[in-house]
Amino acid sequence: MRKLIAVYAAEMKFAVSNQMQYRWAAFFQLTGFLIEPVVYLVVWRTVAESGGPIGGYGVAEFTSYYIVWTLVRNMNLALAPGSWDYWIQSGRISNDLMHPVPIFHRQLAAFAGFKFVWILLWFPVAAGLSLIFKPDLSPTLLQGLVFFVAIWLGYVIRFSILFLMGLVSFWTTRAQALIEIVIGAELLLSGRLVPLAVMPDWVERLAGWLPFQWTFQYPIEVLIGRLSDRDVFVGFGLQFLWIGLLTGSVVLVWRRAIKRYTAVGS
Amino acid sequence: MNGIRLAIMHWKVGAMHEVQYRVNFFLQLIDSVIRLATGLIAIWLVFSHTDDLAGWSRHELLVVMGIHILLSGINRTFVEPNVFQFIYTIGEGEFDYVLARPVDSQLLVSVRNLRFWQLVDVVVGVVVIGWAVSGIVETTSLPEVLAFLVAVSCGAVILYCMWMVVAAAAFKWIRVDDTVQLLNGLFQAGRWPVTIYPGWLRLTLTFVVPLAFAITVPAESLASKLSGGMLVLTVIVTGVMLLITRVAWQRGVRNYSGASA
Repeated sequence: MRKLIAVYAAEMKFAVSNQMQYRWAAFFQLTGFLIEPVVYLVVWRTVAESGGPIGGYGVAEFTSYYIVWTLVRNMNLALAPGSWDYWIQSGRISNDLMHPVPIFHRQLAAFAGFKFVWILLWFPVAAGLSLIFKPDLSPTLLQGLVFFVAIWLGYVIRFSILFLMGLVSFWTTRAQALIEIVIGAELLLSGRLVPLAVMPDWVERLAGWLPFQWTFQYPIEVLIGRLSDRDVFVGFGLQFLWIGLLTGSVVLVWRRAIKRYTAVGS
Repeated sequence: MNGIRLAIMHWKVGAMHEVQYRVNFFLQLIDSVIRLATGLIAIWLVFSHTDDLAGWSRHELLVVMGIHILLSGINRTFVEPNVFQFIYTIGEGEFDYVLARPVDSQLLVSVRNLRFWQLVDVVVGVVVIGWAVSGIVETTSLPEVLAFLVAVSCGAVILYCMWMVVAAAAFKWIRVDDTVQLLNGLFQAGRWPVTIYPGWLRLTLTFVVPLAFAITVPAESLASKLSGGMLVLTVIVTGVMLLITRVAWQRGVRNYSGASA
């Protein structure tokens, strides 16, 4: 365990220095990502202004939701499943397999490290958005602490989902279609497009059986104070449950996937 | 004329290369259907809570979405693959080979690649526009359709110019692929009419990144919201964008010092 912590620390340190080298590139990429919530925010503010609150979300709530969304999105960015296609086709993965630390841990640590730089870059963007849209956010210390833990747990859940998607590339190099379907489902069932309370009831019920909302909506609603104490603790429990299920699946699928890989060359 | 023949030849070769991989058609189709479905769900959700969005009806918003899909398809078929190949070429020092050819370098860089199956998005975009217009057909006249054709052609040219101006920055900064990603992010804002955005964003999307002229203006022509003056302004903006792109390219080439000995 101590060794693994040292590996995580080293990988994260390396990731931070890597991102600092390309800070402008990271800033542009981040700004590109943050256009998405601004669009949703403007659309739903306009709807709420004309038709009143929807599912308990009025102008103020939508504003807070999407401003916090920008931070949560930063936090749950993870290894793109499409990377595996390239790694396998080009044979680059052979090098990674020689490494004594499993790819899962190295990538999880690297993306965790990237986030320290992304959050630094996120501050000016968030400050600008807050000045323009004036969110009504006043979280308690406890909500802030719970949010801090929930976004890291959400990151592990999303990382594991995308990692599992990526492993499909060991069976087919045409995994992109499946990935698109999962990302589409995530968009609708995670609270990324719109809070689930705005969706029809059956969508909200369906989302309850899937892991997506614990990566987006749950941390956001913790910080904007829409959850009761009971919901917060149930949410925590479900985050841990999904982490257990997903990381367990990663281990099982990885063992089978790696047996399918063969490489030729010196 | 030679330029057009050169472009057609490159596109033919590109298409012949791509149609070898027929499974890619189905993958592209799935991708397009998913993006169309999420777009339709977003519009359906909005209109399940309101009757109009800042003066735009459901069918008018579908027109905007259709134009966005259409232009995205044109961009991803003809422009993006060339832009990314050019950025890679600069990074790898292979641009010297482009300059050594006896044709205009901007033309050659703009036409040598084609992603044929992305044309699925063009077809999907046209279908969505047709479907949406059928819902507002009483108010769409022939001159409006002609104005739409002019405006949407200008939109495609404006998008080409935006991507090429960013690509030309590679002459100086080399690693500009992330800036292209920023452009892709901004392009998503064009999925909704720019008139719904607050003033600062509307101004940005009109004068800094002219998505207003590329997407909203063609949609306004079909929704009977476009004035003649605005159409003329769109044509002028397109001309200015072409000029800026040409100047940026020529300055880039002039300052390019080459990678070989």
